[in-house]
Amino acid sequence: MPIDLEVNGKRVSVDVDPTTPLLWVLREDLALPGTKFGCGAAQCGACTVHVDGASARSCVLPISAVAGKRITTIEGLDGKFGAALMQAWTEQDVPQCGYCQTGQIMSAAVLLKEAAKPTDGDIDACMSGNVCRCATYVRIRSAIHRAAEIASGGGR
Amino acid sequence: MTGQSMHRRELLRGLAFGGGLLLAVRFGATASADPGPLVASPEDAAFAPNAFVRIAGDGRVTVIINKAEMGQGVSTALAMIVAEDLDADWKQVGFEFAPADLVYAHPGFGIQMTGGSTSVAGMTPSLQKAGATARAMLVAAAAQKLGVPLLELTTESGSVVHAASKRRLGYGELVADAAKLAVPTDAPVKDRKDYRIVGRSTKRLDTPDKVRGKAQFGIDVTLPGMVIALVARAPVFGGKVRSFRAEKAKAIAGVRDVVQISSGVAVIADRFWAAKRARDLLEIDWDLGAGASTSSEKLRAEYAALAQKPGMVGRRDGDAPSVVEAAGSKAIEALYELPYLAHAPMETLNCTVRLTADACEIWTGTQFQTVDQGAAAAVAGLKSEQVKIHTTFLGGGFGRRANPKADFVVEAVEVAKLAHAPVKVIWTRDDDLRGGYYRPMWTSRMRATLDARGRVEAWVHTIVGQSFMAGTPFEAAFVKNGIDSLSIEGSEDTPYAIPNVQVELHTTNVVVPTLWWRSVGHSHTAFVIESFVDELAARAKADPLEFRREMLKDKPRHRAVLERAAKESGWGTPLPAGRARGIAQHFSFGSYVAIVMDASIERGRPRVHRATVAIDCGRVVNPDTVVAQMQSAVGFGLTTALYSAITLKDGRVDQSNFHDYPMLRIHEMPTVDVHILESNEPSSGVGEPGVPPIAPALGNALFALTKKPIRRLPIRSEDLA
Ligand code: FES
Ligand code: FES
Repeated sequence: MPIDLEVNGKRVSVDVDPTTPLLWVLREDLALPGTKFGCGAAQCGACTVHVDGASARSCVLPISAVAGKRITTIEGLDGKFGAALMQAWTEQDVPQCGYCQTGQIMSAAVLLKEAAKPTDGDIDACMSGNVCRCATYVRIRSAIHRAAEIASGGGR
Repeated sequence: MTGQSMHRRELLRGLAFGGGLLLAVRFGATASADPGPLVASPEDAAFAPNAFVRIAGDGRVTVIINKAEMGQGVSTALAMIVAEDLDADWKQVGFEFAPADLVYAHPGFGIQMTGGSTSVAGMTPSLQKAGATARAMLVAAAAQKLGVPLLELTTESGSVVHAASKRRLGYGELVADAAKLAVPTDAPVKDRKDYRIVGRSTKRLDTPDKVRGKAQFGIDVTLPGMVIALVARAPVFGGKVRSFRAEKAKAIAGVRDVVQISSGVAVIADRFWAAKRARDLLEIDWDLGAGASTSSEKLRAEYAALAQKPGMVGRRDGDAPSVVEAAGSKAIEALYELPYLAHAPMETLNCTVRLTADACEIWTGTQFQTVDQGAAAAVAGLKSEQVKIHTTFLGGGFGRRANPKADFVVEAVEVAKLAHAPVKVIWTRDDDLRGGYYRPMWTSRMRATLDARGRVEAWVHTIVGQSFMAGTPFEAAFVKNGIDSLSIEGSEDTPYAIPNVQVELHTTNVVVPTLWWRSVGHSHTAFVIESFVDELAARAKADPLEFRREMLKDKPRHRAVLERAAKESGWGTPLPAGRARGIAQHFSFGSYVAIVMDASIERGRPRVHRATVAIDCGRVVNPDTVVAQMQSAVGFGLTTALYSAITLKDGRVDQSNFHDYPMLRIHEMPTVDVHILESNEPSSGVGEPGVPPIAPALGNALFALTKKPIRRLPIRSEDLA
């Protein structure tokens, strides 16, 4: 039975095994490969997307559980926070291999929405679920601070 | 073939192989007899004077990157080198990855590969020449067009300038004419004092796509009609399929076939999830073989026993064993133990293959194109030149994607032969962690004596572990007189001035497959040596910094990084209660790195507050990349020091995902200060040299706090009590 959901502002209907994790529907059926597979077990955050505005690990979320929900992926991340994060990430050259970075940015976007000026403690709490094997953490932290500044009008 | 294009081919070969020592390794892959245009030019007007650069009619410069971009920033650094000698407008510079062709071979190793932190150092001469040659041809074309003598022309930022007549022509306007000219062989490269790109922190070219999710990794490749395969591999290394039942697996919707290949049983399906569910339902009877008796605890005991015996001698100065023996109970002795390590790149292994009767096309993130090409050809029954490799971005490599056995490529080609469709083989995280090819497990026994003034008089380092390279095509190059030089690197060349030094090796034979891993042999020798030096300093009642300086009197570059890191860290000044500093230095891949780690113990676990890094890596291409790689090395090294161990019981790997093979997380990452020493020496490695001194610097800080030396990795809470 087809499952309807909204992905990046578009209504889509997918007819797949209902136990399929959202991650693989995004990647294989909806041609949105920016959301990554890292562990398949909610351990690394590479697959982070927004479901109705909240962070979710799409690798463990069956597609049946998101029927009717609003999904945002990196490809659809826009608005004030998305733009600020991408600008800050680019200014500071955060990515190395880059594989974890879309998940990092998706997690950081939720953080900025909740805390306009996040503290280091806020960053630790929100971002510790996102692994970066290249250990770009120093720059992730400083880019989040910078993005907060940009989003609050401090950008150039 | 026209005279001119022949000339061009010769130049290409000259660029790729010039100035390098070719090792006697060949993998059955040969350069295409007639490679045709080596770089496909989408724009007709494009000018491609050599294999490394192409300039389009609109002035866009594309640098062809023959190295794997796995996060180390190589695509930007190599493009900077070409752009400098081309005098390009950096805003017009982009890059693409090279196809597999020996014109892109590593100048030292004779194959196309990325490793050993050699990309910048190895490629600099060829790339300077590539840029300079293109520039010379553009200038010659401008001279013809403007009707002025060559000597009156200069270049700047993507244009040829005739100052006298105030005329300027963009490179794009010149490409059609330049393409008709003969390729010069003697174009001069720039004087360093005129550099305006190389040596300045430059934004990475790959960042914009990476932050938008547009960078294509191997796992993102999609082909029309493509199927997905997952492989059930033997639970024990060396195990073989005896028989299997696939009825339940085949009952899953979307499963196309279940086939046996040499590494196990492959499930071929329309989608990942179907393949995964079906694989879980396979019933396989394995012939586990002798590997089923392997256990890391047993290996530890065996290694410790072996370490008591004299090994093969890798270095001998004076007669260290006799001095140590004569000292009797005054000799200082310690046993160090390091586990197997998985590379665990963030992107799990994967490989996509499209096989036809006379061609094999491969898409994967690889560090080893020539080897993969030869191995794929052998499996497919094709010639190397019929195998085309598309190198994607790598979601981390750390050595895992440079396998002399090409395991993930060979396996995917085997599946493709049976799949009757293009196929992408995806490894799950458990597949990746349990798939072998680990940094070997190591045990080191250290023995030393101090003289009456507290100076090291004799030093014996006995190493026990598997060879990295035995049984691979690299064996002849790396294993000499039974000693794998990678096993003892960093130890056999210890810089410390000690009158009697002996390094010995016992090479063990274990079924667990091993492979180089970010910093290779240095990943164990630096930990052992730098930890033991602190134990000796403590015994001599000397300051660890002074103790090292004393032994590095004739090593100015070692000493300079050590002193710089110490100074910047505030070495010797008070810290808040409960905190201590540890220092370590190590030379590897041509570069000198020293670290001071400032740490404490909180709730029984180490907490690192600040890492101060000093590096001398010769002339720097992109300073911000050096900073990034040192930050990365700190995090990667701390993960290793605090968490990483692959262990085996009954031949089975215990770990399966990040819950039991954990990674450092953001709240554990210290502040990192990086200091790059000014240097006019040739460029040397950056991707790996930061890693070796991290674990011992942390161990030494903890030793300073607890007075108990850290002799085993990862660091256990009981070692801190
Ligand atoms: S892939 Fe989902 S958390 Fe790792
Ligand atoms: S940038 Fe490589 S894993 Fe984060």
